Amino acid sequence: MLRGIAIAILVIGIAGTAFWGYQEHREKTAVLINAENNYQRAFHDLTYQMDLLNDKIGTTLAMNSRSSLSPQLAEVWKITSQAHSDVGQLPLTLLPFNKTEEFLANIGNFSYKTAVRDLDKEPLNDKEYETLKTLYQQSGEIQQDLRKVQHMVLENNLRWMDVELALATEKGQSDNTIIDGFKTVEKTVESYTETDFGPAAVNLQKKDENFEKLPGKNISKEEAVRITRNYAPVKNGGEVRVTENGKGSNYGFYSVSIKDPGTKLEANMDITKKGGYPVWFLLDREVNKQKISLNDASNKAISFLKEHDFEGLDLFESAQYDNIGVFTFVAVQDDVRIYPDAINMKVALDNGEIIGFSAEDYLKSHKAREIPQPGITIEEAKKKVNPNLKIMDQKKAIIMNDLNEEVLCHEFSGVLGEDTFRIYINAEDGTEEKVEKLQNAEPIYEDVV
Amino acid sequence: MKNFRSILKVLASMALILSFAHFSEVDQRAEAFTDQVLQHGAVGEDVNELQSRLKHIGFYTGKVDGVFGWGTYWALRNFQYEFGLKVDGVAGWQTKIKLTKATPNAKIYWGGETAGGGKTGGGTTGGGTAGGGATAKPAAPKPAATATNTPNGFSQNDIQLMANAVYGEARGEPYTGQVAVAAVILNRLDSATFPNTVSGVIFEPRAFTAVADGQIWLTPNETARKAVLDAINGWDPTGNALYYFNPDTATSAWIWTRPQIKKIGKHIFCK
Repeated sequence: MLRGIAIAILVIGIAGTAFWGYQEHREKTAVLINAENNYQRAFHDLTYQMDLLNDKIGTTLAMNSRSSLSPQLAEVWKITSQAHSDVGQLPLTLLPFNKTEEFLANIGNFSYKTAVRDLDKEPLNDKEYETLKTLYQQSGEIQQDLRKVQHMVLENNLRWMDVELALATEKGQSDNTIIDGFKTVEKTVESYTETDFGPAAVNLQKKDENFEKLPGKNISKEEAVRITRNYAPVKNGGEVRVTENGKGSNYGFYSVSIKDPGTKLEANMDITKKGGYPVWFLLDREVNKQKISLNDASNKAISFLKEHDFEGLDLFESAQYDNIGVFTFVAVQDDVRIYPDAINMKVALDNGEIIGFSAEDYLKSHKAREIPQPGITIEEAKKKVNPNLKIMDQKKAIIMNDLNEEVLCHEFSGVLGEDTFRIYINAEDGTEEKVEKLQNAEPIYEDVV
Repeated sequence: MKNFRSILKVLASMALILSFAHFSEVDQRAEAFTDQVLQHGAVGEDVNELQSRLKHIGFYTGKVDGVFGWGTYWALRNFQYEFGLKVDGVAGWQTKIKLTKATPNAKIYWGGETAGGGKTGGGTTGGGTAGGGATAKPAAPKPAATATNTPNGFSQNDIQLMANAVYGEARGEPYTGQVAVAAVILNRLDSATFPNTVSGVIFEPRAFTAVADGQIWLTPNETARKAVLDAINGWDPTGNALYYFNPDTATSAWIWTRPQIKKIGKHIFCK
């Protein structure tokens, strides 16, 4: 009797476990298939977009009328951005696939710049036609490579989950057909690096500036420490560490970290080897209750800049985040604001201490500039601004335009409805270079149900 | 003659009392504001008061939210222009006195316009520290600010998402190391080889281990959020790095081939 009950309980227990296990297994399979399907969709989408891309570039070449060329180039641009987003959904981050992505981005850039251009005034020149032709040929090769991969995937029922697993477990990248296929694509693209995209490609190189314009001699580690003490609010003594940049850096720098002996807080700072310029510093500390206003803090920041020989700067933006004031300063020369030359600063609102400083942008772009005379007057420029905008303020400014060139502009700040806009009209030819909507304060969503 | 003199005396003292009363009244009203100078980007109860008063006389039409944004800025400049003050968009001592005088009966909205327990101008004085929480708070339990500054181009939710990623990836790292991870996310946004949205970069398959193993859904602490804000506001401790890895746990051989820029904490940052 007792044995019978025990057996019955055991049987029920085992059956229950088996059922539960089966349920779990089914759920897991469903989730896996789901994830796999997402990968598959992104991948097949990608090959489709590459097919389409090749076609569209081909037809662009055959076109003659300007009116159909612009939409076609816009189409090419759209396809590249879709292909780009498909690549972003595949687990390729740790694969060498970045050349292909860069290539896509370059095509996108090129087609965008030419699509938005007034092709009646400025038709495609011979060089650009040449670029298009090479692009056509190259996108054709990528298309072929990808089709081969696609074929293998379909033929052998290859799964992206296996790629995931291969990438997650192996040390060196083992032989996985998909991985190999993509490596082939990447190799093909690598041989294209010489393609001349003209000015459109500057976007991708913009960050490669390496402080070459800065004058000065190389400094020693000791000097770097001295400079850090000069900038960061740390007392003498304390634990000091100085490291040099790695081999891959665009420029030489020292990273200095000093631990204040009293407060145990660590200040970190990067300083260029050449000339000993301060790239940035940060001091990590708790900021207590606000004692000084944002305005007082901005004055502290201004005097800090003066003390450290940064001159000709104007407070451009200020904002308070909790008990920290964050300020952006831009260079000003002959009453012209130079936006690329920007310095950011952080001030603690409990005692007005400077707890952060970043001059990377400023150091990269600052130089003695010849500011040209504007070709059009401010009144003429005003006529180019949307008449619905109520203009509140006007200035002159140098900004970086779409082509990453510095241009002199008339800057108008104005209000349209509840929003504030900043509009930049090229001071040479009256082009509307840039329209910015300035951010409003965002409501706190804490209590949203 | 004597009579005349005494009348004069009385008159003078009356005038004195009157003027004194007048001054003290002004002083008291100006005291409604704390003595801090308000400029664009400021937050706190003084900004609530500034907005309420500007709204009362029709210069400001937006919401009273305690954040000195562009709407407040232009309203203040218009007020300064109309009242013959220096037009600088900064609420200094003079501007505040003029404004308080012009709006004696303004209802000040604390903690958003829905809060019931508003106090009227000139009544209670806010004797606390500038903008802090020490001012005698009305019945409303919520903090004064119902909105917050966000850096251009980023929403609070973007910041939250990045803070999640930073916390999941680098919560054991020094502060600079956390700013660095956030900076890498931003550098990827700018880069042609990565997606162009915060979510695209973070959720790119195999991009971040914290996403793969679910640690991204841990609740981030305040430090992670601060690190993200610093990165967005222009601090890049990595020297424009696009990748980073922990040499002790990295499984990919490829990552070792990237040009290395520097090491922060346990992470090596590379291009």
